[in-house]
Amino acid sequence: MLQTLWDNRIQCVAMLLFAVGFATLLLHPNLMKKIIGLNIMDTAAYLFLTSIGYIEGRLAPIVTNASTDPARYANPLPAGLVLTGIVVSVSVTALMLALTVRLYERYHTLDLDKIYLMARQEEEGGV
Amino acid sequence: MSGLDLFALALLGLLLVTGVGACLSKNLLVTLIIFMAYSVIMSIIWAMLQAPDLAITEAAVGAGVSSILMFVTLRRLRDIKRRAEDEKEG
Amino acid sequence: MKKKADLLAKLRRWDAGEFDLTDRLEEGFTPDEPQDSAYPWDREAPVERLERAQIRVWQRLYPYLAALLCAVTVVFLLYAVMDLPAFGQAGTPSQNEVMERYVSKGVFETGAVNLVAGVILDYRAFDTLGESHVLFTAAAAVLMLLLGAAPGRSERELEGIVSSDLIVQNTARIVVPVVLLFGVYVILNGHLGPGGGFSGGAIIGAGLILYTLAFGFARLGRYLNFKTYRIIVLGSLLFYSLSKCYSFFCGANHLETIFRTGVPGRIFSAGLILPLNLAVGTVVACTMYGFYALFQRGKI
Repeated sequence: MLQTLWDNRIQCVAMLLFAVGFATLLLHPNLMKKIIGLNIMDTAAYLFLTSIGYIEGRLAPIVTNASTDPARYANPLPAGLVLTGIVVSVSVTALMLALTVRLYERYHTLDLDKIYLMARQEEEGGV
Repeated sequence: MSGLDLFALALLGLLLVTGVGACLSKNLLVTLIIFMAYSVIMSIIWAMLQAPDLAITEAAVGAGVSSILMFVTLRRLRDIKRRAEDEKEG
Repeated sequence: MKKKADLLAKLRRWDAGEFDLTDRLEEGFTPDEPQDSAYPWDREAPVERLERAQIRVWQRLYPYLAALLCAVTVVFLLYAVMDLPAFGQAGTPSQNEVMERYVSKGVFETGAVNLVAGVILDYRAFDTLGESHVLFTAAAAVLMLLLGAAPGRSERELEGIVSSDLIVQNTARIVVPVVLLFGVYVILNGHLGPGGGFSGGAIIGAGLILYTLAFGFARLGRYLNFKTYRIIVLGSLLFYSLSKCYSFFCGANHLETIFRTGVPGRIFSAGLILPLNLAVGTVVACTMYGFYALFQRGKI
């Protein structure tokens, strides 16, 4: 069992990073930290996908010496998927940062619990 | 175990350390710098996993643009805070 | 009187965080003494305080529940990893006939030497089109959120800060041309080697950001203001959509179109991939710079 985990150590690290990012997202009250946690979750998922595409001893999927033998190259498909995902994740990050700026402008804090309480109070006060 | 394997292992360890460090550090600026280091290590690992396209993109996007955006956001938050304090004082 | 004292004691316990969920407050009761607290939500009627107390129970339980959730998730994930085929071996389910087809026929069908570029801009170009629109939509959303926001400091202040740093200016003078040139190389070379529209666009965007950081928005604004930004981004997306529509309607399944695959390995080859890379690259570069400008001063 430990041998399997050791053989798949890159996937294990990806899972652990995913958990670290998830824990930060759930537990840290600071909005910037939450965004960092989400980014770490993103990259962990991408690391997992990329490691699935890797095959020992094979080259990057760029055709060299006019050889199109499938046994020569690594899998190009996960790389294509992850490339799309990276750019989407940066746009999601930008959107979340913009929302954070607007929240900070209104409530002057980055603490989500305090923001929640203040927003509730405003709601009850009928503001 | 060859030297490259050891290097990969060290990179994986560093990846975990920087990931956890970015989540645990108290100062937001320090967090962002650790996060940049995390992105760079991730791009090296992708280059070693025979995905050079991803390595280039992650180095440009993760360590470059999205970190810059976070730095600019931090600066803007500080400006907002300073302005609010100025208004409170006079 | 005794009842009131009892209730007050209960309230205090609530405030101190010691409570059990079975406790209920009677409605209509107000404490005599005003609470001295920095937070305004501590000075309110008991019914609302009961709600607060319930929120506080939740807040107290939440970290443990979240930690438990994370632990369960990571145990399940690691358990799933144990069932995966060994890392780096050929013949695993992910190395199936799709991959074989892409590798063995990709160069002849798309003309791209870089198979990843062939996959994302020819076989799965629709996906990439949607993704460019995601970027565009995110830029539009950030524009909506930040255009109305008051900027942290005035424009003059910003100009004064960015253009006074000699070290940044001199570094930028050397680095920015190299960065921009490298970005253009990565975009143009997308079908021949690692790179492509996304990475090249991000590199060019980073170069533009460094330029504005050193020399201020006014100097770049002569070439890239909001109007040119809109024209470039919309033009690129429109070009992408139209050319892909053309290729879907007229040349799907790799029938003959006006875009020939050419000789693989030459710069003008691979049919639509080079122009599509250019379109994606300009969209990404403009969006990255646009994000930065919006965050820095609230407009592009």
